[in-house]
Amino acid sequence: MEAYLLEIFYLISSVLFVIGLKMLSSPETARKGNLIAAGGMTLAIFATIFMHVDNDGHRIGNFMWIFSGMAIGTALGWMSAKRVQMTAMPQMVSIFNGMGGACAALIGLIEFPHYIHSGETLTLATIFGGLIIGSVSFAGSMVAFAKLNGNMKKDIRLPNYNTINNVVLVAILILTGFILTGMSGGSEIWVYILFISALFYGVLFVIPIGGADMPVVISLLNSFTGLAAAFAGFLYGNMAMLTGGILVGSAGTILTVIMCNAMNRSLFNVIFGAFGSGGATGTAGGPGNSDKSVKEISVSDLAILMNYSKKVIIVPGYGLAVAQAQHVIHEIETLLESKGVDVKYAIHPVAGRMPGHMNVLLAESNVDYSKLVEMEEINSEFATTDVVLVVGANDVVNPAAKNNPNSPIFGMPILEVENARHIIINKRSMNAGYAGIDNELFYDAKTSMWFGDSKKVLTALASELKAN
Amino acid sequence: MEQLLSFAGENINMIYIVILSVFVGIEVISNVPSILHTPLMSGANAIHGVVIVGAIIVMGHADPENFIALILGFIAVILGTLNVVGGFVVTDRMLEMFKKKK
Repeated sequence: MEAYLLEIFYLISSVLFVIGLKMLSSPETARKGNLIAAGGMTLAIFATIFMHVDNDGHRIGNFMWIFSGMAIGTALGWMSAKRVQMTAMPQMVSIFNGMGGACAALIGLIEFPHYIHSGETLTLATIFGGLIIGSVSFAGSMVAFAKLNGNMKKDIRLPNYNTINNVVLVAILILTGFILTGMSGGSEIWVYILFISALFYGVLFVIPIGGADMPVVISLLNSFTGLAAAFAGFLYGNMAMLTGGILVGSAGTILTVIMCNAMNRSLFNVIFGAFGSGGATGTAGGPGNSDKSVKEISVSDLAILMNYSKKVIIVPGYGLAVAQAQHVIHEIETLLESKGVDVKYAIHPVAGRMPGHMNVLLAESNVDYSKLVEMEEINSEFATTDVVLVVGANDVVNPAAKNNPNSPIFGMPILEVENARHIIINKRSMNAGYAGIDNELFYDAKTSMWFGDSKKVLTALASELKAN
Repeated sequence: MEQLLSFAGENINMIYIVILSVFVGIEVISNVPSILHTPLMSGANAIHGVVIVGAIIVMGHADPENFIALILGFIAVILGTLNVVGGFVVTDRMLEMFKKKK
């Protein structure tokens, strides 16, 4: 009786996951969708604790262990999620993803001794599936975290890393086959070697991938963890885990592909073609740029220029987020609007560190939702714009993506700011952007550079605008 | 081969669910606007935290004498909960900001 009830609760949970995910894909319902999915999760967790019975009729025990583990996890998760800066969001998601992967891997580690001598090859294969994918996801997420957090600034690329990675992957598959066919004689040590190899592969998998592609990688690892959860669900015949895991696995894969499309790159290219590693072509935008001169503009000149403009478009990039300048930029927007200037924000799909990251940051500082205009819509407006203010963005406005086939970002859709009458670019220095490539836009006759920390110079601009 | 067939036969319901869920997953998010990519990824991230259910099962049926299983299971429960709670809370924080429409 109770067993059926548990199954029905799992059914409800699964439906809630689907509804939640559906609602998450529309701005009006997204928040409710998240809560609905969380409700489904809560139901699945408590139904399991109080109603789950294993094949031998045993109920769940070890309550002390379970509840204290959940209490610790809740406290840690809640606090870190509440405290994290919005700019550090991508790293946070990466960590949480890694935790899920590690959880799936641990389940595999605990369960395999029960099956290794049983001869149930396919059940064992299911366990190894969760173990391997979970480990790869965990190790990969930790590397992605370190990279995004700046703990690992340089992309480490071993010579022939693609070959090395593939060799390790094949070795893992052979080892899995070796254990499954019983040739290892059921020795547990091989499983631990498999586990360590999978961790190692996770590190190798992410390490050569450039920082700019990290969002794609996190999204991919996210779907890996989903798959690992689904393997565990298969093992236990647990429908909530199975549907939840597969949903995330397939939705995550599609999301990864959508993100790749936004950058006009294929998933294959991201994983195997490591960004900016294409040898000679991947480095700076060619020789000669260093002798070209740039124009600078002063705060007072800029304030006057903006005062007499009809239309200003702000292009925010990650630099703005790092400098925590999202509030000042909103202040400038309000000041200009009060003077009758039309102000909009041009949002590149991959501005910031993740698609949509910039929207989250600007929304945090109360910028009106309707002022955030997506790339396809705003590109036609630049021609009628007086001033474009680019703050801490570089690669997303680099014309090399359109006209230099040798550039590593060639083919990526960009914001066509070069069509505006004046282009003001705020950067801390002349250093290349995140992708490490030079930008010919800086040397354009219409471009003026405005050096300095975004928050400082924007604050100066705000007070200058107030004074006028 | 025989083993494979009997495995498929015994688990045919689950195989149906896997295949149909793949399509549901694709269908459900195929029209998402790019501003929601980050929250959606984060929300999906929280949902795969359902692996916590597996950790609870493993922990709940672990032999109280088997300390290695208990400790690994305990860590799994902590990590799974982190994934679930952290994932949903962080997503909620992101989405909270979108609500302030004037």
